[in-house]
Amino acid sequence: MKTRSEVRNEIAMSPGAAEALERAGLSRRTFIKGTGALIVGFSMGGALNAVSPQQRGAFGETAPPDSPPAAEVDSWLAIGSDSSITAYTGKEELGQGMSTAQIQLVAEELCVPFNRVNLIVADTSMTPDQGVTSGSQSHPANFNHSNLAGACATAREALLQMGSKRLNIPAEQLVAVDGEIRSKSDAKKKVSYADLVAGKKFDLKVDPNAKRKPVSEWTVLGKPIGRPDMPAMATGTFEFAHNVRVPGMLHGMVVRPDAVGANLMNVDESSVSGMPGFVKVVVRKNFVGVVAEKPWQAVQIARALKATWSPAPELPKQETFYEHLRTQKPTRDTLLVNSNDVDQKLADSATVVKATYNHPYQMHGSMGSSCAVADVQGEKATVWSPTQGVWHQRSTLAMLLGLKEGNIRVIFRRGSGCYGINGADTVTYDAALLSQAVGKPVRVQLTRKDEMAWENFGFAFTVDQRAGLDAQGNITAWDYEAWVPVLGNRPVYSFPGNVITGYLAGFQPEEFRPRSPAPEPTSFSNNSNAIPTYVVGRVGAANHGAGTVKSERALLHNVVSPFWTGPLRSPQRLQNTFAHESFMDELAARAKVDPVEFRLRHMSEPRMLEVVRAASKNADWDARPSPKARTAASGNVASGRGISCVAYEGDNGFAAMVAEVDVDRATGTINVKRLVVSIDAGPISNPDGLRNQTEGGALQGMSRALGEEVTWDDHNVTSIDWRTYHSLPLGFAVPKIEVVLLNRTDVPATGAGETAITVVAAAIGNAIFDATGARLRQVPFTPERIKAALAG
Amino acid sequence: MSILSLKVNGQTHNLDIDPTTPLLYVLSDDLGLRGPKFGCGLGQCGACTVLVKGQAVRSCITPVEAVQGVEIITLEGLGTPDKPHPIQKAFIDEQAAQCGFCLNGVILTAKAFLDKNPKATEQEIEEGMSRVLCRCFTHARMLRAIAKSQNGRATDSGKRVAR
Repeated sequence: MKTRSEVRNEIAMSPGAAEALERAGLSRRTFIKGTGALIVGFSMGGALNAVSPQQRGAFGETAPPDSPPAAEVDSWLAIGSDSSITAYTGKEELGQGMSTAQIQLVAEELCVPFNRVNLIVADTSMTPDQGVTSGSQSHPANFNHSNLAGACATAREALLQMGSKRLNIPAEQLVAVDGEIRSKSDAKKKVSYADLVAGKKFDLKVDPNAKRKPVSEWTVLGKPIGRPDMPAMATGTFEFAHNVRVPGMLHGMVVRPDAVGANLMNVDESSVSGMPGFVKVVVRKNFVGVVAEKPWQAVQIARALKATWSPAPELPKQETFYEHLRTQKPTRDTLLVNSNDVDQKLADSATVVKATYNHPYQMHGSMGSSCAVADVQGEKATVWSPTQGVWHQRSTLAMLLGLKEGNIRVIFRRGSGCYGINGADTVTYDAALLSQAVGKPVRVQLTRKDEMAWENFGFAFTVDQRAGLDAQGNITAWDYEAWVPVLGNRPVYSFPGNVITGYLAGFQPEEFRPRSPAPEPTSFSNNSNAIPTYVVGRVGAANHGAGTVKSERALLHNVVSPFWTGPLRSPQRLQNTFAHESFMDELAARAKVDPVEFRLRHMSEPRMLEVVRAASKNADWDARPSPKARTAASGNVASGRGISCVAYEGDNGFAAMVAEVDVDRATGTINVKRLVVSIDAGPISNPDGLRNQTEGGALQGMSRALGEEVTWDDHNVTSIDWRTYHSLPLGFAVPKIEVVLLNRTDVPATGAGETAITVVAAAIGNAIFDATGARLRQVPFTPERIKAALAG
Repeated sequence: MSILSLKVNGQTHNLDIDPTTPLLYVLSDDLGLRGPKFGCGLGQCGACTVLVKGQAVRSCITPVEAVQGVEIITLEGLGTPDKPHPIQKAFIDEQAAQCGFCLNGVILTAKAFLDKNPKATEQEIEEGMSRVLCRCFTHARMLRAIAKSQNGRATDSGKRVAR
């Protein structure tokens, strides 16, 4: 058997392979209809992005087909003449190993080796419309019983039936092995997949009841298979969106307003028209961009362009922003749970504890500023985009460009890690607007400042918590009230104005719909983790939560944000969990109970109990109430441990973390020495991939907890580079990270990319409290804030 | 515009370009190389790193005229997917990346540092990497890969460096 890299190189070099892929890409639907499922006679073992767009060619001869229907097996799978499998998925590889896991899934369910599966990812002309790749939804969507997994299981059953007919052997006596259907008793009696489906398509609906391979029989899934894209990434040959080059391509740059909310008054084209490489200045309402022959020329032209902007209203002061949020009108109020007795129960409690937690706007801050290439020619457009939603991008591009949706093809190309909606969508609009204006392909990569200052930031939060304790130290009631500013979002299918470029070009963001007071809740959803894990989740007369506290209220006020906002890894879940898990620690301290014991006492969900026990056990948890008694010998440096946990979105993954820190009382600096994190994401597709996600989530969470905060002045965001937005570099003292994987094979697969990061801030804050008795209620935990907390 | 001679990965290129153009643009656009990447354009993150006479240099802030005729090595000049350089192999073995965008800067910075400081301690390596970013926070794996590559190096005496 060839190694993966041998196979990959063959493909990268083979014109036949490129041609086959091009053919599939150009007319996949027609091809499947006309000639059956046998479409590509080659395998490339997940050699993602091995074929360049030039090889693949921009389409244009015929209108692109619609996305193939998700209910059809043929939309997901095709079997090659060598019994290799080509699978089509709408769930993208964002750098988290999702393609590797999906290849494992297909190989497992269809009983072929890993390197016999070729995965085509997110292309509006080729793959089923799976919306966006986000929200820890790829595993739930494609690894349970529908979509990709369902299609694979349906196809395997169909192949067994076909094999039974062909071999004249009952299906129960057959087995699928290595691309063949074989008799269990006589291995000589066999027929290959290719022989069975040649010239035919499956022509089957995805059957959610098709029998999945039991976890106990897995030989590919569940194994720590290395990512096939890793060698190309490590040797600088991988094609990112940033590396897409199209013949005749020009280079664009954008010129953003000089203040938030400023309108364009005038652009003086003569200020740049004589510069080398100048092609065009493009203006559309408040959107301004330039096009040049070469990228460095475009940079210089954009810098030199004289544009005049109207005076803009002052931004709210950052120093008082959290107070400002509380007084903002109008609001949209939502009650998530309400037992209608919280005030009474609090009044009856032996002790009432109150605290307010603040979380800043934070940014995705992608390592590479976002980049896209667009080729808009008359009525047709092809774009290469790192967007998380190629279909969203296609329908909103149609609005922006005034083209028919069916005339636009959006091809996903991986960008720099995004962690949510970074500049990917907006830069695709930038490239498309500029390309349309010049009628040639245009590549745009944003400047660092334009990436950072205008992105859709992760939400700022201010949360008031109140809870009652009885005389025995049990929680009697929990009252949560939060204020969260929002503006824009992902563009979804119809809001190009949800990101900056669409807005500048004249589209409004999704309308803010005021509503106050909040109506009583009618259904239960904890997908923002606004409802504490420790309450029963009361909606009407029914309980839906995982906790034991019967009296509860969770009230959310959305207000209009001065900046664009959108999902940033664990959106709202992270901020809410910081507030809940810090407050839970405060309650435990008030009750003088060990923080682990206090949590276990108030939870009922078995998977939560298990992650908490696993993390504390592996950390050799020092069971006692916090804070730790100060000893005379400890000097300026105090040590402590803290715990935090989450049921992500209520049921989409479970994690707990123990953090161990040293706090220098004199300088306010902290040293995180060790992070022990347990995670339960259901059956594990690839343990090394899950470990990588969990380690990365732990450290990214630490960076967000300790240093990351978007800042602004009267008119502009001032976090515009890596000196003004603080991300922990490679060389800081990296704590020891210990990941405990809990592999549960009897439950559905959950998300895993956002679970670990959600618990970090509270675990560290709780450890600081344990060490010093000082409570950090505002992220990030800067030395100044730590010193202030120590002094307070 | 003027004709400049650039020696990249062992090949000489004569290019008619604005001599003030940052080296990065020439490598990624005129020469079509995929290793060096635009991350910040300010020399802050490391994504654009190349080796110039063995030193890690940030190509996004280095005018191309400053490196005429000097040997420049990019990430693709170290090894190939089939025959990766030992430090690249260490990163592959450790699966030390997520999105991979920062890998160029991480690997080349580490290589230049280890070439100069083959016996560096763990703490010295961390210091050596302190101006490089990874936003997926694959730090632990990357430091492990660097240590592994260090351990795999033969010292002058032929013995492996102990850590």
